[in-house]
Amino acid sequence: MNEDWVLYEVFIRSRSGLEHKHVGSLHAADARMAIEHARDTYTRRQEGVSIWVVRSSDIVASDPAEAEELFEPARDKVYRHPTFYAIPEDVKNI
Amino acid sequence: MYTQALDSPEAAAADERESERLERFQARIDRDEKIEPKDWMPEAYRQTLLRQIAQHAHSEIVGMLPEGNWITRAPSLRRKVVLIAKVQDEGGHGMYLYSAAETLGVSRGELIEQLLSGRAKYSSIFNYPTLTWADIGAIGWLVDGAAIMNQIPLCRCSYGPYARAMVRICKEESFHQRQGYEIMLTLSRGSAAQRAMAQDALDRWWWPSLMMFGPSDAHSVHTAQSMRWKIKRFSNDELRQKFIDVTVPQAEFLGLAVPDPDLRWDESAEHYVPGPIDWSEFHAVLKGEGPCNRERLEARRAAHGAGRWVREAAAAFAEKHREPPHAAPAG
Amino acid sequence: MSAASESVRPEPSAEDRFEYVLRLADTSLIAGQRLAELLGHGPALEEDLALGNLSLDLIGQARLLLALAGRIEGRGRDEDALAFLRDAPDFRNVTLAEQPNGDFGATIVRQCLLDAWQLESYQCLTGSSDRELADIAHKAVKECRYHWRFSAGWLARLGDGTEESHARVRTALESLWRFTDELLTPDALDARMAVCGIGPAPALIRERWETRVATALAQAKLERPAHQHYPWHGKRGVHTEYLGHLLAEMQCVPRAYPGATW
Repeated sequence: MNEDWVLYEVFIRSRSGLEHKHVGSLHAADARMAIEHARDTYTRRQEGVSIWVVRSSDIVASDPAEAEELFEPARDKVYRHPTFYAIPEDVKNI
Repeated sequence: MYTQALDSPEAAAADERESERLERFQARIDRDEKIEPKDWMPEAYRQTLLRQIAQHAHSEIVGMLPEGNWITRAPSLRRKVVLIAKVQDEGGHGMYLYSAAETLGVSRGELIEQLLSGRAKYSSIFNYPTLTWADIGAIGWLVDGAAIMNQIPLCRCSYGPYARAMVRICKEESFHQRQGYEIMLTLSRGSAAQRAMAQDALDRWWWPSLMMFGPSDAHSVHTAQSMRWKIKRFSNDELRQKFIDVTVPQAEFLGLAVPDPDLRWDESAEHYVPGPIDWSEFHAVLKGEGPCNRERLEARRAAHGAGRWVREAAAAFAEKHREPPHAAPAG
Repeated sequence: MSAASESVRPEPSAEDRFEYVLRLADTSLIAGQRLAELLGHGPALEEDLALGNLSLDLIGQARLLLALAGRIEGRGRDEDALAFLRDAPDFRNVTLAEQPNGDFGATIVRQCLLDAWQLESYQCLTGSSDRELADIAHKAVKECRYHWRFSAGWLARLGDGTEESHARVRTALESLWRFTDELLTPDALDARMAVCGIGPAPALIRERWETRVATALAQAKLERPAHQHYPWHGKRGVHTEYLGHLLAEMQCVPRAYPGATW
């Protein structure tokens, strides 16, 4: 019998209009309990208005060993940023 | 066999890769980059962290007991809710820390097993008894004060999950020390019996609080390597000195005497110089010979044992009522 | 509350109001104190936090209600004087609240039966003609809704968990059921308060409590025990032996140092 319960990751929306943010993890036997534990653990000081819980084992993560090939190719694509383009100061509203 | 292995070209190449990795790892730490769970790390780094975080987590959980001892007897309803909230925070901090430890590949179940079997250490301060209400004041003021001193630098620890847990913990703990000092202040401004109670608590908690910073630097085994890895940011003696310097004037404000006849102010160094610490007591308590070692572990074992059928029931219920994988879209 | 218009409602006496508010206050206080005993000893770390929150809610309700009772009484007693300097026969909590925690199953059953009663009571009291009481009820009802969610959830897990958990929770239910009679049977004070528009119509609480508890028991695969008459009436000051011990512990410090400030 597994008495250790399942590890869940907790995401909290701190205020209406903001995104959910990872805040930590906890153990729970079922999803409803995970929400309750998240409420009792991570919103004791009014830290949130909405909670997501996800089983940790369901998260798929990128491999740090592949960080170079995943993220470095974006580094020289500076033309994706508005500051790349020179527009004369006289031109307004652009 | 041994030399053969060393001589083989594959082994030599592996050694070189290993030392390169170590160098790269140290360089990342020197650049103040955070190490994350899936990043490569030296086994010794992982082990040191795991030991420290687990010890810290156990301390929070065992630390609920001496203060919990006074929840039902708190002398006003205001004090009662504050103490409940504080002890509850400590449980939460234990949880955050167990979670951080779990990212290093050991389950909370295993960590708790290590605590209950007596193999894991926790802060020896919690092996002292809480005998009067004033002890709750003294713990908040001195023990939490010392803990905060230790913990604030850990917010910048090189291991991401530990540093993040410490940020949250330090934020939440900021009321702990203040509520303790407030209790001491009320007692020291109260009746003669209350003042005596406050003095007695300071007498009993002062030296154990100083010992919370660990052995002096000359005798501390892990300090140098831990500082290089930025698991530790200041030495035990530096932090202890800082604690003494801020706490002695607070005791004076209360009109209470610090129980150290040798304590003096060194004008030129601008530090208080304490008398010698009785390290034999520290080592005895660490070895399990403190006043409450047995009671604390027994209380943890009793709670864990009595809760087993509950945890099993919840797991069995979840098994029977397994919800469909995507019951409701997140929103 | 009742359909009677404000003008024909009789005014309650201060004694009645004091007594009535104490019932609610003491029930929350004693239940909160019981749950506080468990902090650090729960079946899982997460449950310690949950039980702590329940306890904090209940003691918070008690503080507001005791302060209100003190104002109604008008003799200068504040929340602490009422909590720490009254003897057991002066406490007005329902007897169920003072029952010991027992194992986690017994704690959950006690909370479940009590949470349902508090939830329905506060729900009705949000419409009380006593504005201060109605304000407190508005706050308390949200807390009690969560308490019910928590305890009913656990009742289901334990009742429908393992053979052992089912047996334990069934035993607890059979032992604690006798205290529910007091929750649901109105006495003369309940009736007078209903007439004044301060308290709910007693029949309403019984009906809603029965429905709520029946649903939870069904989910937990537990059978409703047979009706058991029980002669104790905590709300009139007639308590079980347990309350004296609880108070001895809770009150020991202020009692030992009369007049001290903490």
